[in-house]
Amino acid sequence: MAEEIKVIVFKLGTEEYGIEVEKVQTIERMMPITRVPKTYAFIKGVINLRGVVIPVIDLRGRFGIEEAEYTDQTRIIIVSVNEIEAGFIVDSANDVIDLDRDSIDTPPDVVGGIRAKYLDGVAKIGDDRLLIMLNLSEVLNKSEIVQLESLEG
Amino acid sequence: MDMNQYLSMFIDESNDHLQSLNESMMGLEANPEDLSIVQVIFRSAHTLKGMAATMGFEDLASLTHQMENVLDLVRNNKLKMQDFIFDTLFKSLDALESMVENITAGGEGKADVSEIVASLQAIVRGEVPSASGAAPAASAAAPATETSMALDEFQFSVLEQSIQEGHQVMYVDVSIRKDCQLKAVRAYMVFDLLERSGEVVKSFPSVQDIEQEKFDYGFSLYYITQKAAPEIQAMILNLSEIENVTAVALDQESLRQLGQDTAAAETAATAAPAESAPATAAPAATANVSAAREEGARTAPVKTGGAPSRTIRVDIERLDVLMNLFSELLIDRVRLEQLASEVQNGDLTETVEHMGRVSGDLQNIVMKLRMVPVDTVFNRFPRMVRDLAKSLDKKVDLIVTGAETELDRTVIDEIGDPLVHLLRNAVDHGIESIADRVAAGKSETGTVHLRAFHSGNHVFIEIEEDGTGIYPQKVLKSAIKKGILTEEQAAGMSDDEAYQMLFAPGFSTAEVISDVSGRGVGLDVVKSKISSLGGNVTIYSTPGKGTNFSVQLPLTLSIIAAMLIRLGSEKYAIPLSSIVETGIVQQSKIRTIHGNRMVEFRNTHIPLVSLSKLFSVADFDESTEEETEIVVVRKGERLVAMAVQDFIGQNEIVIKNLGKYLPEIQGISGATILGDGQVALIIDPNAFIK
Repeated sequence: MAEEIKVIVFKLGTEEYGIEVEKVQTIERMMPITRVPKTYAFIKGVINLRGVVIPVIDLRGRFGIEEAEYTDQTRIIIVSVNEIEAGFIVDSANDVIDLDRDSIDTPPDVVGGIRAKYLDGVAKIGDDRLLIMLNLSEVLNKSEIVQLESLEG
Repeated sequence: MDMNQYLSMFIDESNDHLQSLNESMMGLEANPEDLSIVQVIFRSAHTLKGMAATMGFEDLASLTHQMENVLDLVRNNKLKMQDFIFDTLFKSLDALESMVENITAGGEGKADVSEIVASLQAIVRGEVPSASGAAPAASAAAPATETSMALDEFQFSVLEQSIQEGHQVMYVDVSIRKDCQLKAVRAYMVFDLLERSGEVVKSFPSVQDIEQEKFDYGFSLYYITQKAAPEIQAMILNLSEIENVTAVALDQESLRQLGQDTAAAETAATAAPAESAPATAAPAATANVSAAREEGARTAPVKTGGAPSRTIRVDIERLDVLMNLFSELLIDRVRLEQLASEVQNGDLTETVEHMGRVSGDLQNIVMKLRMVPVDTVFNRFPRMVRDLAKSLDKKVDLIVTGAETELDRTVIDEIGDPLVHLLRNAVDHGIESIADRVAAGKSETGTVHLRAFHSGNHVFIEIEEDGTGIYPQKVLKSAIKKGILTEEQAAGMSDDEAYQMLFAPGFSTAEVISDVSGRGVGLDVVKSKISSLGGNVTIYSTPGKGTNFSVQLPLTLSIIAAMLIRLGSEKYAIPLSSIVETGIVQQSKIRTIHGNRMVEFRNTHIPLVSLSKLFSVADFDESTEEETEIVVVRKGERLVAMAVQDFIGQNEIVIKNLGKYLPEIQGISGATILGDGQVALIIDPNAFIK
């Protein structure tokens, strides 16, 4: 019997993604975001999560998918990986499922426009649901995130 | 028994003892005749030994034991302190320190100390490593003195002198009740009490025997004080479980009688007393003993032997949690204040105001809890400077002032290394060799002042020496040679700018790289460390006369006063400490010089930067305004005006970091949470000034 993991399921457009539940701290509704200048467009800014300042990332922007308007369904998933805390803005998040680790396959090169390095694998649930497991440490890889331009007085 | 739970306590206390041993030893070195310091050292070493033995750290215990043997001879005046003894004892302390470090790191505290032990034992045997003066008088004086009431000649003359000087000298006999459970503790309490108002010259049995409970239910002692005998008697009787106390005041005659029984036995003892007795009359006759050291030496016994301090140790993490919780409260308070001013209900306003005052007081307390005297950093420096001076063959006095000045713990933790570097620098590069000093008409001994003091919201730490000083031309030449500067750049430089070159990466003024400096760390690292703490270093130097490195540090890193400003729909905080002035300028008064926008400020022109442009603020642009609000900020002597839309007001803000994910963003030093729960970014004005 293979190991079972619990996975938070969320949506970006029509695709369904999964993050292991241990890496998720909480899921929040949209809240006011303070813009941080001089960063990538997909870094929307910082929020106040019960006294802790946390940067939020638009996952659509991060994956190069066209950004969408925020709706009632929009959620911020707060994750914590390797002591880095960040919030992911996603279209919706409303499911927790149990997943057999064996059912996760290595991902194809490109899934819905996302580069393979952001992916841990793809899981098939039921007959026609595909769940894309995210490789969080790659998504939060800081080496890609450098200050765009220095201040010019 | 599981000792693990005591381990952290053991480590803390061992470190305390080692520190006090180091300090006292330094004090003794400056004042070798002061036997009261030896007592303090002895007791510290003794306690350390006991603790180590209990915890099963045998190596540590046995090394301390050897030290004790040497110290015992010294305090009983059978051995005179000499340079090589100091060196051996200091070496032993270093060994003890590294053992404790090893224990701290989870080790067993084992170390090969056979060499040190051998030299300690040689000292006890009375051997002198080289022909360095008279052999110490390590005579095997009659062990009988331990149990009899004997006073040796030295103690006798001390008592006699005290009587002559008008002190009360008395013979005190104390008996403890037979049913007393911990008689050694009672005895300790008696000693402790007595030492608060005088000095115990000799006790029977000896102090260490009493500590080890090697006595019946009574002991007696000779005591010097200002108080009268009945008063002392009453004082001791106030302690519980004391059966009886007799305190007899002695005059010269009765003293002589008491002492005489043993005088005969002692006469043959040693020649040492003759030497040291007159020395006690003028203890500080040595010329190069600085005032501060002398004072330090005298207060040392009081510090360690005096009343136990009424403090508790608190886990730093708990303090951090308290701080975080408090900052939450502060945010709610600001929010409440806003609500109250909207609601306009008298009772509510009053309550909120009261809460504001209480939380203000609370804030002060919480802040104070995090404040630590710089002493905790400074205390290792005297020893360091001593060793350094020795290895460089220089004579250096370190004078520490303001060690009680307090700084936030977070700053204290970080400031040690930069200070070590600056001090090394001062002793190595600053102070000249003895020959050079004499040639320059200075005293042989160089002086390094290490001062700490408060000024406004800052603490200054200064390291000043009376050495060679820095020659700006030499600095510039060296910078050109190293390719840091071009000749043209150097030509236009002021002295101050030249001094700043010392902080340039890859710069070192040392012509010969000694073993002390040249560790691959330059002043540039010092500078960046201090800058990262929100501080600043300035150099003042008079060529030939000396140099002063002045380090300016913020009092705390977590709560600051700030000005909140608005840029369109966004709010930002600017630390008040860097704001010089706020004001309004007419658009027509803004000039363009070499493509840079400048405004007039106090008869000069300073650059005007547009925050809205730099931060790409979408909904505000000051160029459309007739008048623009400006904030003038300062970094060192340079000023810059920042254009903003509105001033919201002054506020205490709690600094939060932006987390590990965001890259370092120039111009932003952190974030804070406002009363409405929104996050506002904190502007780092330093980034705008080049």
